[in-house]
Amino acid sequence: MNNEALFRYLLRLGDDSLILGQRLGEWCGHGPILEEDIALTNIALDLIGQATSILNYAGEVEGKGRDGDKLAFLRFEHEYTNLLLLEQPNGDFGDTIMRQFLFDAFRKPLFEQLIHSGDKQLSAIAEKSLKETKYHLRHTSEWIIRLGDGTEESHQRIQKSLDNLWRYTDEIFMTDSVDEELTKNGILPDLSSIRSIWEETVKSVFAEATITIPTNNWKFEGGRRGRHSEHMGYILSDLQYMQRAYPNMEW
Amino acid sequence: MSATEWPLWEVFIRSKQGLNHKHVGSLRAADATMALENARDVYTRRSEGISIWVVESNYVHANDPSDSEEFFEPSDTKIYRHPTFYDVPDGVKHM
Repeated sequence: MNNEALFRYLLRLGDDSLILGQRLGEWCGHGPILEEDIALTNIALDLIGQATSILNYAGEVEGKGRDGDKLAFLRFEHEYTNLLLLEQPNGDFGDTIMRQFLFDAFRKPLFEQLIHSGDKQLSAIAEKSLKETKYHLRHTSEWIIRLGDGTEESHQRIQKSLDNLWRYTDEIFMTDSVDEELTKNGILPDLSSIRSIWEETVKSVFAEATITIPTNNWKFEGGRRGRHSEHMGYILSDLQYMQRAYPNMEW
Repeated sequence: MSATEWPLWEVFIRSKQGLNHKHVGSLRAADATMALENARDVYTRRSEGISIWVVESNYVHANDPSDSEEFFEPSDTKIYRHPTFYDVPDGVKHM
């Protein structure tokens, strides 16, 4: 097996954590209540921690002397391969929770299966990240139910968040030659098996939250190929500012 | 406090097996589930605990500070209630 596929997969995995972590970090100091502000920032820090391990490992696999920091801060927009879902703006609290929930419901079964990966390092990263992700999913599921089955206004607003974000969910399960090669070699689980677990989770939570999955068929994709929405440039200018303005600075 | 504000909860954390839960602070939450999660996020982020109790502050009853005289001072003069009048035999260790 060539390392190229593993490297590209690790970038996807790491970029998902990195970009969502960066997005959530924007909530710091702006949470609806102090307790939730800290909860969101804790999740952001978990994600940045995951990104650090995954991207460091990606750098090792690539073998060109790039570490996690170099990969996180010094690539161009088209070289990031995170899901489009994760770069969408925070919106209101419901939008942020919905984005997080749709992702957590995918990440939990993914990490559960990656623990059995033939790649030892990836398996260890999955094992550590799974514990964090289980909590994230629990936290966001409860919020989806509270908001959906809450007041008339909270119900309408969380339904609207779902209506807006649902079209980004197909991309989560799209596969290409990278996934196929890794699955063939026992590094990656089959994504279609994870999709059925994901669907079960979101359907049962949405049923309890009394919100409905929209029926529109319009689906966005492109993140895995480095084709991003207009929001990505702004995220990167925040994320990369220090390294671009003061190359090689450390603190 | 406005009528729409969530109730206040008192948080107790057990730092390790065998120790008591200790009061660490309070927070606001809509119900017990949320209170436990908020406590986890606010009070255990630096590995402070392995078990959390939350109690709605309404249910904590406290003595009136103006009662201190009759509540606490009478025991100040009863030093015989402390076990300090025993001779400890030489053979006893770890006392």
